[in-house]
Amino acid sequence: MTDRYLQIDNVAMVFETKKGPFCAIEKIDLDIRAGEFVSLIGHSGCGKSTLLNIVAGLLRPTEGHVLLAEREVSGPGPDRGVVFQNHSLLPWLTCFENVQLAVERVFGAAEKKAAVKERVRRALELVQLGHAQHKYPHEISGGMKQRVGIARALSIEPKVLLLDEPFGALDALTRARLQDELMRIVAATGSTVLMVTHDVDEAVLLSDRVVMMTNGPAATIGGILAIDLPRPRDRIALAGHRRYMALRAELLEFLYRKQMREAA
Amino acid sequence: MSAAPAVVHTLKPLRVESVDIGPTDASTQLHPAMNQASAAPEPPLYVRTKAPDWLPRVLAPIIGLALFVALWAIIAKAGGRLPDPASTWHSALEVFGSPFYKKGPNDQGIGWNVLTSLGRVGIGFGMAALIGIPLGFMLGRFRFLSDMAAPIISILKPVSPLAWLPIGLMVFKAANPAAIYVIFVCSLWPMIVNTAVGVRHIPQDYLNVARVLDLSEWTVFRKILFPAVLPYMITGVRLSIGVAWLVIVAAEMLTGGVGIGFWVWDEWNNLNVQHIIIAIFTVGIVGLALEQVMILLARRVSYE
Repeated sequence: MTDRYLQIDNVAMVFETKKGPFCAIEKIDLDIRAGEFVSLIGHSGCGKSTLLNIVAGLLRPTEGHVLLAEREVSGPGPDRGVVFQNHSLLPWLTCFENVQLAVERVFGAAEKKAAVKERVRRALELVQLGHAQHKYPHEISGGMKQRVGIARALSIEPKVLLLDEPFGALDALTRARLQDELMRIVAATGSTVLMVTHDVDEAVLLSDRVVMMTNGPAATIGGILAIDLPRPRDRIALAGHRRYMALRAELLEFLYRKQMREAA
Repeated sequence: MSAAPAVVHTLKPLRVESVDIGPTDASTQLHPAMNQASAAPEPPLYVRTKAPDWLPRVLAPIIGLALFVALWAIIAKAGGRLPDPASTWHSALEVFGSPFYKKGPNDQGIGWNVLTSLGRVGIGFGMAALIGIPLGFMLGRFRFLSDMAAPIISILKPVSPLAWLPIGLMVFKAANPAAIYVIFVCSLWPMIVNTAVGVRHIPQDYLNVARVLDLSEWTVFRKILFPAVLPYMITGVRLSIGVAWLVIVAAEMLTGGVGIGFWVWDEWNNLNVQHIIIAIFTVGIVGLALEQVMILLARRVSYE
């Protein structure tokens, strides 16, 4: 069971458009182990976000199904923690209240107010934002907002963490810091993670496996690359690591040699 | 201080050799040199732009008002029955000297008249908010309801609120509820329309948060819909109050009783033009105050 913690079985997605049916993804089969970090990489428009949204339950696949811990995903639910690219914090709530909204939903019925607040506090401390908990989203930086987003997703103790290009909107330095932090958090919590990215270095640095998607329409899995680098990983040490370079080269090869032609 | 020139000297040959060091070095070199040469060359640049910054902004409205009064005085002097600013001012001091006197139902101080009008606006507007805001939420949330209501709202919205007065008089058989009812009708549309627009403009991101957390409808309403729509709602309220305050004067002219609109009409019958001008300014200032209160409120609830 733990080998097939998250099962994506023969999933296809066809959108009805004005110009007729548009097949975004087809025949996607992917099993993810408990505690595994899997990245989806591909050119924009390859349907990787579509796949993530299907796992999140925001979209219903036109074919196939998704099983999480042996239960079919039939809609969105708090057993999956989603981090959106644009943080999606509610601007009228403080960081604390944004996280509290999620914690209250999941633990509010069973736990006392104090316990709920303690969970919120712990989640914010996990992303090192304990000091900014009473600030509003517009008062903090983009990186901090994204960290609150991660705290919100983790605070509900989801079975799987779904990250949709979580660091795509951040500058390079902030992105590197948050990647390191995400590695630390995932190691500490043992989370199962499915992440969408278009950043080769990010994929290699963070993942156990990288799923390479072919270009759409009718995108599917073009190959899966196992990242057999030891953990904990250090970005500086890896920069000159031979295996790291080889994996990176393989990903680049796939993205820019095999898939480029069609992407243009 | 003695160290600075030394740095200048050692850097100078470097600058000649490589062009790259460029402007930053040039400025650090020039700065101490300029300070030595002329005592204070910087202040004038700042003073010139800084001092007039607030001054014209304060002066402009004063000049505008002065010109307005001057123009008024010239027109008054040219003839006709328009009272001049000075006599109006004296009359105003008298009127506002005892704003809350009562000499029978048709002769009351301007304070009572303004308060009575504000009371009508408050009741009519309050009822419109009570009905219009929930209705707006429903129209914004459900496409079908919105399509259903669209033709009715489009037809009734451009109708002058005063056209509703005869129906109000017929239904209520009294002037006061009829006036309130006119305020209700004219306040209703902006509140329905703006609330509905607000609901329709809630960013999908926020709704996605609600969906992935699978929040209950009540929580979604309290934590997402309502706060997201609030700024739009306040805009609706602001427009409504503005229209209501415009309409109440006209409605009261027709219905009579106590109220600033009736007061204007009464003074016209008395041929007391000074009082009419005072009333015009009073209506304007009260309207301005209402608008400012709403803007303050809007700023409080805006979250950006």
